[in-house]
Amino acid sequence: MEFVFFIIRRFLRLLLTIFIISTIIFFVIRVIPGDPALVVAGLDASEDDIQAIRVRLGTDVPVAVQYGRWLSDIVRFDFGESMISGASVNKLILERFPLTLTLAVLGILLGLIVAIPLGVLSAVHRWSFWDYFGMVYSQMGMAIPSFWLGMILLLVFAVKIPIFPLFGSDSLKNLILPAIALGFARAAVILRLTRAAMVEELNREYIITARAKGLTDRMIRYKHALKNAMIAVVTVTGIQFGYMLGGAIIVEQVFSLPGLGRLFLYAIYQRDFPLIQGGVVFIAVVFSLVNFTVDILYSVLNPKIRIS
Amino acid sequence: MQEKRSDSTLEIKNLNISFIQGEKEANALRGISLSLKRNEVHSLVGESGSGKTVTSTCIMGLLPTPPGRINSGQIILNDQDLLLLEEKDQRQIRGKEIAMVFQEPARYLNPTLKVGDQITEMLILHLGMGKGEALDRALEIFDLVGLDGGKRILDSYPHELSGGMKQRIMIAIAISCNPAFLIADEPTTALDVTLQLQILKLILSLKNTLDMGILFISHDLRVVHDISDWVSVIYAGRIVESASREKLFSDPKHPYTRLLLESIPDADKRGKRLQTIPGKVPDAEDIPGGCAFHTRCPLAEDICKTVQPETKEVGEGHSHTTACHFIGKQWKQWKN
Repeated sequence: MEFVFFIIRRFLRLLLTIFIISTIIFFVIRVIPGDPALVVAGLDASEDDIQAIRVRLGTDVPVAVQYGRWLSDIVRFDFGESMISGASVNKLILERFPLTLTLAVLGILLGLIVAIPLGVLSAVHRWSFWDYFGMVYSQMGMAIPSFWLGMILLLVFAVKIPIFPLFGSDSLKNLILPAIALGFARAAVILRLTRAAMVEELNREYIITARAKGLTDRMIRYKHALKNAMIAVVTVTGIQFGYMLGGAIIVEQVFSLPGLGRLFLYAIYQRDFPLIQGGVVFIAVVFSLVNFTVDILYSVLNPKIRIS
Repeated sequence: MQEKRSDSTLEIKNLNISFIQGEKEANALRGISLSLKRNEVHSLVGESGSGKTVTSTCIMGLLPTPPGRINSGQIILNDQDLLLLEEKDQRQIRGKEIAMVFQEPARYLNPTLKVGDQITEMLILHLGMGKGEALDRALEIFDLVGLDGGKRILDSYPHELSGGMKQRIMIAIAISCNPAFLIADEPTTALDVTLQLQILKLILSLKNTLDMGILFISHDLRVVHDISDWVSVIYAGRIVESASREKLFSDPKHPYTRLLLESIPDADKRGKRLQTIPGKVPDAEDIPGGCAFHTRCPLAEDICKTVQPETKEVGEGHSHTTACHFIGKQWKQWKN
């Protein structure tokens, strides 16, 4: 019962977040100097044409009315049409989202597969080969920019040794190299965190109890310490995953993948206001949903959270 | 209950342990001997830093080496020296033959595992029980330690329970495999006074019903007076006096013991200034030569600074031993 209330509370908080974000983006867009109608119409349009465009964009009425319309549109998940292509914003986003989602899932999975075992190994055998390997890896992971890694991966594994395709986005094979480029740095962050959390947990008093019970090292590490260490790891992984869902602009650019990142990048270049607005709200919603999921996972791992 | 295989004593002989840190060596234990009998409470009393916890950690085989180093000594159980056993065999002893209860149950219980898991994992590991059998056994143990609401407690996380309940759970976990010996490291220090009394009573009754030998580690002489059969006083890694409770409290021989007893607040001393012992326990890496207590002792003379006193029998049989050059000598008013 307690858990149900917890979920309801978190869900209400999610709605509030989305409301606040959409309000902010609405006003921010209107504060930016320049009339979108002028951008659409071009420099030598007549006053009548501009006015007509304003009516089409809905910017002819007072801001308060526009805000009301904006909110009611959002409730119906209607973000209007792109000013450039004329296609509906929803359609544009949903077309691109599966690619970005797959890329993010692959990236985070690769990151976790590398980071958690290596982090645990580093913490359990401190100052061993694996620990130093982990340190070198995480330094490199944090220092190497993903676009550089992406280009090198392409050069080596698509050009010199053509195992992977150079471009395209229609098969999973196309996403392996970008996922590595993305996951490499995430793994570095998660690795450091896993090691630190695991070292901290192994120094806790309950570990002494576990040892005094005569448990094996394996049980102490994986049953007692790891579960506690995962609490911190889940939180950070969730945040990282949330960022990746917003589209990995640079990696998508390097691998010419038509994901959300590129969509939003071009929307900004072209001052496509409805698409920018819709994009920001979409990212906010996805991000909040990821956080919501993380919160639930977190409370499953950490029973204390449910109370507070 | 399964058959007991343990002898009636756990013998610690001349245990000498130091901690190595870089160039420095700290003498944590300088020849500790203790014997722990079944159905007896043996208290180990001393100030913090005197070596109480090192002793218990070493008995449990949990001393980290390095930085710890066992220079000499034996811990004998069932004709075996536990210090010579391999880790794998030591694990068979830990929790099963010798169990331990810690000071702060809130920190010594795993916050993310249900109480049921924390108690049954031991029964499954040491006694080869199935999950269901272990849960039934856990409920029996809960009755034994006075925890009611059995099933609900098995399903709880530690933070959902009160401090007193948590300590009962620690005790339940410790006695679950019916150990021959129990080490209780200040088990009541973190609890309030009424709970302290309940937990002490519980420990005493468990000692009788389970025929356990208990090593009770404490700095609180009043608690020690209430619970012990035998008391050893430890100072700077050496036992300075060891006697039955009656002897130690009625006729203390070592000046350190005497000063400790005088520093207990008591209704008779109302209005008088409470005796304290000036100074503090020396650091283990900087223990004074001769008798380690001479820097704080009202009786100290030149010999105390150079010659370490032998441990001598002062009672009939083996009822009372102490290590002092001036056993029983009186001193004038202690300058505070």
